[in-house]
Amino acid sequence: MAHSAAAASDAANPAAIPEGKDAKALHRLVFIGIAVALALLPLVLYPVFLMKVLCFALFALAFNLLLGYGGLLSFGHAAYFGMASYVCAYGAKVWGLSPELAILAGTATAALLGLVFGALAIRRQGIYFSMITLALAQMVFFFSLQAKFTGGEDGIQAVPRGSLFGVVSLADDRVLYGLVALIFLGGLLLIYRIIHSPFGQVLKAIRDNEPRAISLGYRASQYKLAVFVLSTTLAGLAGATKAIVFQLASLTDVHWSMSGEVVLMTLVGGMGTVFGPIIGAFVIVAMENYLAQFGAWVTIIQGIVFVICVLLFREGIVGLFARMLKKPL
Amino acid sequence: MTTIFGVPMQALFGQLLLGLINGSFYAILSLGLAIIFGLLNIINFTHGAQYMMGAFVAWMLLNYAGIGYWWALLLAPLAVGLFGVILERLLIARLYKLDHLYGLLLTFGLALIIQGLFRNEYGVSGLPYAIPQELSGGQRLPFMFLPNCRGWVVVASLVVCIATWLVIEKTKLGAYLRAATENPTLVQAFGVNVPLLLTLTYGFGVALAAFAGVLAAPVYSVNPNMGADIIIVVFAVVVIGGMGSILGSIVTGFALGLVEGLTKVFYPEASSTVIFVIMVLVLLVKPAGLFGRTA
Repeated sequence: MAHSAAAASDAANPAAIPEGKDAKALHRLVFIGIAVALALLPLVLYPVFLMKVLCFALFALAFNLLLGYGGLLSFGHAAYFGMASYVCAYGAKVWGLSPELAILAGTATAALLGLVFGALAIRRQGIYFSMITLALAQMVFFFSLQAKFTGGEDGIQAVPRGSLFGVVSLADDRVLYGLVALIFLGGLLLIYRIIHSPFGQVLKAIRDNEPRAISLGYRASQYKLAVFVLSTTLAGLAGATKAIVFQLASLTDVHWSMSGEVVLMTLVGGMGTVFGPIIGAFVIVAMENYLAQFGAWVTIIQGIVFVICVLLFREGIVGLFARMLKKPL
Repeated sequence: MTTIFGVPMQALFGQLLLGLINGSFYAILSLGLAIIFGLLNIINFTHGAQYMMGAFVAWMLLNYAGIGYWWALLLAPLAVGLFGVILERLLIARLYKLDHLYGLLLTFGLALIIQGLFRNEYGVSGLPYAIPQELSGGQRLPFMFLPNCRGWVVVASLVVCIATWLVIEKTKLGAYLRAATENPTLVQAFGVNVPLLLTLTYGFGVALAAFAGVLAAPVYSVNPNMGADIIIVVFAVVVIGGMGSILGSIVTGFALGLVEGLTKVFYPEASSTVIFVIMVLVLLVKPAGLFGRTA
C-alpha cells in the first residue's frame, strides 16, 4: 500500500518533472547565486544567525535526501544531529581535539548510529518506518539525559572553537562563517551529485515503485540503507558544526521536537526539490529568531504552518517555483 | 521481611502495580491508535494531545462547573470525541487520497497547536486533581497496600478495552468496521455509509484517548506535556504489538507496563528505555510485531 500511495502523490512531486539540458544550466545559475549570496549576506545579516541558518539548512538537505529522494520519512533525525553535536563538543572540550577532528568524530558517530538504526528501521515500511525511527531517537534522548558525558540537563557548555589545523583561529565569527559556508557548500554539492548519479536514479525508482525496482534486480533494502546512512552522516556533519558555532551541545538538539522541526523546514521549502530545504531552513530559523518574544506562540505558529503546508501547499516554496518554471529545482 | 531476588516484596509489588497502571494507559491509547489506523490509515499523532485534553476537560469540569470525576468520565470523552469528529470532517478527511505520511504530518502539526495553546493558558507546572471521595482509602492485601484509586484505573481500563474488543469482534457494527478496513469500496457498494463510519471511528478513537486522560487526572498531575511524553512510548508499544491487531495492542500495552515496572525494581537506569530496547529485539525477530500479520 505504501508504494502505491507514494506513486499517487507523485502528481504533486516536483522531482517528477523530466530533466533536460537547460535544467542543468539553470542549476549552475542557482549554484552561482548561492555562492554570491553566501559571500554577500554577512554584510547585511548577523554572521551567527547566518551560521545557524546554514547548519539547519545542511540538516534539512540531509533529511530531504532521505525523504524526498528515498521516500523514507524518518521522524528521529534529531538523534543523529544531536548525538554528533555531543560527540563533537566532548571531543573539542575534554579530549582537546582540533575543530576539524572534533567535527569528523561527531560525523562518524552519526554515520555509525545511522547504520545501526537504519538497518533496524528499514525492516518496516511507510508509517511503521517513521514510528520506529521516532522510538529509536527517543532512546537516544533518554540516553543523553542520563549518560555522564552529555552533562544531562546542562549539556556541554563553553566548547572551545579552537583553531583550524592548529593554524587558523576560529574565535572570530567571520573566519568561522567562512568555514561553515564551505562545509555547507560541500554538503550541498555532495547531495546534488548523489541525487544526479545512477545511485540517485535507482533511489527514485525505488521510491516510486519498490516492487518494480526489486523485480528489475535492484536490492532495494541495500539502497535504502545506503541513503539512510548518507543522510544521517550529513545530518551529523550539520550537528557537529553547530556545536562548534554555538560552543554548546544540549538536549534540545536530540529532542523529538527537533526532528519535527527539520520535517517542517523540508515541507515549507519543498520536499523532493534540491534547493527547497535551504529556503525552508531560512524561513523557519528566521521565524524562530524574530518571533522569539512571543514564547509558546512560536510552537503554535509552527503547528499552523505545518497544517497549512499539508493541506494547501504540499509542494512548498521552491516546488511552486519549479512548477512555474516547469523545471526541477 | 520476605524478599524476592534480594528485593523487598513490598517494593516489588509496589512497582508492579505502578507498571500495571502505566500499562493500562498504554493499552487504551494504543487501542485507540490501532482502531483509527485500521480504518483511516492515519497515524494519529494528535492522540497524546487528545489524552491531555481529556484530563484538562475533567479538571475544567471540576474547577469551573463543579462537576465531579464520575460525570467527567462520561462527559470529557464525549466533548473531546466531538472535537475529534470536527477535526476529521474539516481537515483529516481531505487527506485520504494522499500518501499516509501526510496524515502523520497533519496530526503532528495539530498536536503542536493544541499543546501550545494549553501551555500558553496553563503553564507547564501541572495542576492537581483531587482524588474523588469514593476512591480514597485502599485495600490492605497480604503483601502490599493497594490504594483504591489505582486499582480502579486498572479495572476501568480492562473493562473498556475488553468491551471495545467485544464490540469490534462480535457485533454487526464491528463487522462493518472490519469489512471497511479490508475493502472500503466494496462495503460502500453494499450501502454502508463509509465516510460516516470513518468519522465516527475517529471520534471513538479520540474519545478513548480522552477517557484515558480522565483516568490519569487523579493519578498523575494534569499537565500540557503529559501527552507528548507518553505518545512516543505508545508508538513503540504499537510497533511491538503489531498494528493490525486490536487484541495485540491491549495485551502488549499491559505487558509492557509490567516489564517497565520490573525494570524499575532491578535496574532503574534503564526503565525509560526498556520498551525501546524490547522494540529493537522484537523487530529483529518479528518485523511485523508480536501480533501483527505480514502484509
